[in-house]
This record gives sequence, structure tokens and C-alpha cells, in this order.
Amino acid sequence: MATSATTPRLHVRSDFPIFAREIDGRPLIYLDSAATSQKPAAVIEAMDDYYRRHNANIHRGVYTLAQEATDLFEGARERVAAFTGAETATTIFTRNATEAINLVAYAWGRANVGPGDVVLITQMEHHSNIVPWQLLCQGTGAELRYLDVSDEGTLSLDQLDAELAGGRVKLAAFAHISNVLGTINPVAEMASRVRAAGALSLVDASQAVPQIPVDVAAVGADFYVWTGHKALGPTGIGVLHGRRDVLEAMPPFLGGGDMIRVVDWQESTWNDLPWKFEAGTSMIAEAVGLGAAVDYLGELGMENVRAHERALAAYALERLADVGGVRVIGPPDPDERGGVISFELEGVHPHDVAELINRQNVCVRAGHHCAMPLMRRLGVPATARASLGPYNDASDVDALVEALVNAKKVFA
Amino acid sequence: MDDLYRDYILDHYKQPRNFGELEPHDLEAHDHNPLCGDEMGVHIRVRDGKIADLRFHGQGCAISQAAASIASEEYVGMPVDDVGQLDADWVIDLLGIPISATRRKCALLNLKVMRGATTGDASWPE
Repeated sequence: MATSATTPRLHVRSDFPIFAREIDGRPLIYLDSAATSQKPAAVIEAMDDYYRRHNANIHRGVYTLAQEATDLFEGARERVAAFTGAETATTIFTRNATEAINLVAYAWGRANVGPGDVVLITQMEHHSNIVPWQLLCQGTGAELRYLDVSDEGTLSLDQLDAELAGGRVKLAAFAHISNVLGTINPVAEMASRVRAAGALSLVDASQAVPQIPVDVAAVGADFYVWTGHKALGPTGIGVLHGRRDVLEAMPPFLGGGDMIRVVDWQESTWNDLPWKFEAGTSMIAEAVGLGAAVDYLGELGMENVRAHERALAAYALERLADVGGVRVIGPPDPDERGGVISFELEGVHPHDVAELINRQNVCVRAGHHCAMPLMRRLGVPATARASLGPYNDASDVDALVEALVNAKKVFA
Repeated sequence: MDDLYRDYILDHYKQPRNFGELEPHDLEAHDHNPLCGDEMGVHIRVRDGKIADLRFHGQGCAISQAAASIASEEYVGMPVDDVGQLDADWVIDLLGIPISATRRKCALLNLKVMRGATTGDASWPE
């Protein structure tokens, strides 16, 4: 049972309407927040209220409704920037983290990366932080190189230094928290070393923003990207925080309305930041929803969210050891990992684990978690993954353990 | 007894028939299920237009492995040209368990690989 040192401290499940749902008379045990989080009522209501009372296109109309919509959209940007310790003008809304990375790979990459240059990433990246760089390197003749992942699921700063010492690295991109291993990487230190070597850095913070307090300015990366739907917000919105001088020097990504200052017959001039990178009608309701999500997380306090999930992860690691035949992948120390726990159950394929425990409404992810190169490195075809949100508590972990014990019996 | 993981399914999973490599072989294919990372390959030996012997290899969940094992016993002796006529229902009926939409590709991977080896058409069986 949970000891006082590992007792989770948040009790917010009732803020999330989906947990009123039962399937076959049983409650929902949601342990897939690394894939997407559930949404608090405050987010759903903010989006509903936007469509019911304030819907209009932004940045154009002079009528009251258009002004309200613009204020809601830009107000959400200000709160999102404040939440992550970033500047408002360099906080760009994208469709998701994937689009944010593609924006950088395309707009910055094609202007700054050439034959013989190196783009450095790590073996623990999500496909979203691999494939855009593959495309860039294939298109420019640059080389894509990887930092290794140790057996404990960590990166080596010495190897980073060695790669940077080669003098060819133009950009290094790495996850703040791994979506498979849960590893919390020393991103501020990494960004600082990359900068000292004259290269740029991009941090994929999709798993970090919902799990730990983040401070974009303190991390000091040139680009810091994340997605709304994993951070209690809606799908369809992501965030790119960029360094101002880099963003100003970059050509645009998508062309269209809103991102221009003047359009002439043959050429155009660009709008100021952040709108230069926001072509077309923005995801207004989604921005409003994301604003409500960061307000909600801010009220909980990210230190509290982290403490809650750290305690719960520690409890889960302890209980999983009791099941027998469970091998957890990633750092064993709860201080070095987030609330993402990948594991194997001996003799049972992860897909079958997920199928069997779903019968008790335990929702986990099974598969390669959009990290096929990492699976190859770990020598596993797939893993099962339980991941935590602020709405989880010890009873969810207990339900997972009970379901795993039952799954083992089927395959015994 | 479990509805999906019946004894014979688990038996085929734990002790798959016609599993391994086959050298030499006349036909082969290798494929995977991108959703879950399951992978499967097949080596086929042909005699007089019929499948004389075959071996599946790779790794995957109980459903994909058991389906390959059970189907392998049907493939042996079958005219090579008939494999292209087999459809998704053939595999699912053969398995005899309720296959949900999320596990459908697990069950069909072996036929996808077989059709890839015999016809070159590596699309998912309908």
C-alpha cells in the first residue's frame, strides 16, 4: 500500500467529466496520458462558451464579437507564454508539436543546413523529432546523427561534447522527457553546450509541459515545442517557442492570410512575430481551450503535479515489482523519470497485455510508441506503457497491478 | 475459459507450427504491422505448383502468431495460385475467435505475407 512518502497529493478526478463514464458497469482506469490527456470541465466549457458566445474570425473585424474573439485568442497566447516562462511574441501556435518541429526543419533548416552539416538527435526521440530531420537531411545532403541511449535509458553529455567537437553540428534536437522511457533529460545543460559549440538546439517538450514545471527562458534552447492535447488542452493546437533573433531571421513556413504585411503582385512582406508563422485562420477555439488548460494547471501548481505524479510513479514501480515477470524499462529512480512507465510482462506480448487488462477498463498503450528506432536500441519489439496524469491515484495503480496478475493467469 | 485466448490459441502461440527458417526456399516475403510493430516473414518451398513446405518467422502478439501457426497447416499442400484468392474472412473463420477491429490486422498479417510472397500484392487482405 502507499506509504506516506509516496502518497499522491492531488484529488482532482471529479474535475474531469470523462471519469463519470463507466464501461460495462466499471469505472475508467485511464493510464494513457502520454498519448493524450483527459480534459477538465474548465477546458471543455471555455471552448463551448467561445463557440456559443464569442465566435468570429480574429485580427480583422472591427465589430464587438471579432474584438472579443481576438482578445480571447491573444489572451490565451499571453497566458500560455507566461505559464512556460516564454515571451508572448515568440510563442507561436501550430497544429501540434509535430508541425512545430516541421516548421523549424523546413523554414530554418532549408535556409541554414547544407551538405556536410550534421543534424544531431537522440535514439530516444519520438518519430515527430526524427522524420522531419530525415527529410531535411535527405533534401540538403546533411548527415543525421544520433546520441546513444544507455541501458538505463539515459543520454551521455560526454558523447554530446564529442559530437559537438566535430564542428559540423548545425542543430541538435532532443526530448525533454522521453515518451517511452520517462527519462528527464538535462536539457538546459545540453542546450548550453550546443550553444557554446555554435549550433542551435530544439527541445521537444511534449511530455514535459504536462508533467513538470518548465521555464523556457531557463532552458535556453533556440526552439522549445510542445502540444496542447497532452497538457489537458484540446487536440489541434501546439506551441513553438523560439528565440526572437532566430525567428526574425527565418523565412516563413506556410504562406497565406494573416502572416503577411503587404501582398503585391509578385512578392509580399511578412507580418511581425508571432503572426509571421501563423498562416490562415488560426485554431481559435483550441487556443481558448489551451488557455483554460494552462490556467487549470497553474492553479494546481506544476510543482504539485510533479510531486503527485512522482509519488504515484514510485508507488507504481514498487507495485509492479510484486507482479512477478514485469520488467520496467527506463531509469529506476523516480527522481530521474516522469510518470511514464514502459514495461514488459514475461511471456505475454504487449498487445495481449493491453487487450487483457482492457477487460477491466485499464487503458494502457501497447506498441512502439512512435519510437521504432528506440525499440530497436532496447531490443524489444514493443512495450506496454502506463502513463500518469494529475487525475490518477493509487487505486489506478492497484487496478493495473490486479489486471496484470489476471493477464498472467490467462497465459500461464 | 477466455473467449479470445482459448486453449488452442495459446497452444499455437506457445508452440507455433511451421515456425523458423526454410533453406533453400523458392518464395519469400517479409512484412510488418505498423500499428504495433509486429513483424512476420515466410519462406515457401514449391513443388508441382503447390506449397510443399513453409516456415513463418518474426515476432508478435498471441493472435498474430497463433493465426500464422493455424493457417500454416492449411497452406501446406495448397496450390500456390490459390493463395491470392483467400480473403480476410478465411483467416478469421479459421481462427474461430471473435476478432475486434483493433486486432484484425494481427490476425491478417500471415495472409498478407503469404499473398506478398505468392502474388506480389502486399496490400492488407479485405
